[in-house]
Amino acid sequence: LLKLAPQHVDAIRHHGERDYPAECCGILLGHVDGGQKVVAEVVALRNLRHDPQRAQELLPLEEPGRESERNRFLIDPRDQLRAEKDARARQLDVLGYYHSHPDHPARPSEYDREHAWPWYSYVILSVEQGTARDLNSWVLAGDRSRFDREAVEIENP
Amino acid sequence: MAVKVMIPTPLRQYAGTRDAVEVEAGTVGEALTGLISQHNDLRKHLFTDEGKLRSFVNIYLNDEDIRYLQKDQTPLHDNDVLSIVPSIAGGMALRCICS
Repeated sequence: LLKLAPQHVDAIRHHGERDYPAECCGILLGHVDGGQKVVAEVVALRNLRHDPQRAQELLPLEEPGRESERNRFLIDPRDQLRAEKDARARQLDVLGYYHSHPDHPARPSEYDREHAWPWYSYVILSVEQGTARDLNSWVLAGDRSRFDREAVEIENP
Repeated sequence: MAVKVMIPTPLRQYAGTRDAVEVEAGTVGEALTGLISQHNDLRKHLFTDEGKLRSFVNIYLNDEDIRYLQKDQTPLHDNDVLSIVPSIAGGMALRCICS
């Protein structure tokens, strides 16, 4: 179970709408409480696919002509390391990540699966014609074969 | 040299639930070998079957990506901190594989 406060959901939705038609991304920080992931903070990060040259150095795309910031996201490991250090200093953990699917359902793709890590929550927001729609969370199965939907609870802490 | 390797949350289950592991090593490559010898379950998540670091695993020495240093030959000093930083990537495609 992933617990989010209403302001976290608002932050993700606004980010997705702001960056449309590009994919947005960010990190979920919080703590684990009896098997539940409780989000304390949502941090917007830059989609490194806006900087194709550096992104390509870090994680090459197979078809750079067809893939761009509109259908791919990559978090700069430097930004991630900074966010992780900052979280640790405040006794928070990285619980997962969010990203948007512009004009596409809030479901993981094959590309998402190939690049996912177990345990993390992957929140996906669909943004249709610039308006945020569905928000779902997914967790990679231990054998990497599929994503399982994770229950999301939205309530004030 | 005594260095600390920081373990990201999804890999802690393969490192005895620890968030950091201390190893003795002279280079980054030796540190990773030392880490694997203490926690063998980490191997398949960090290395390919051919023993190469996986493309979506980044290793940072303090605040520097070892890609831009001397990779696994990068020398270490006492109290250096190595971080395993997974590449986080994704995006949409035509086929859905969700259950």
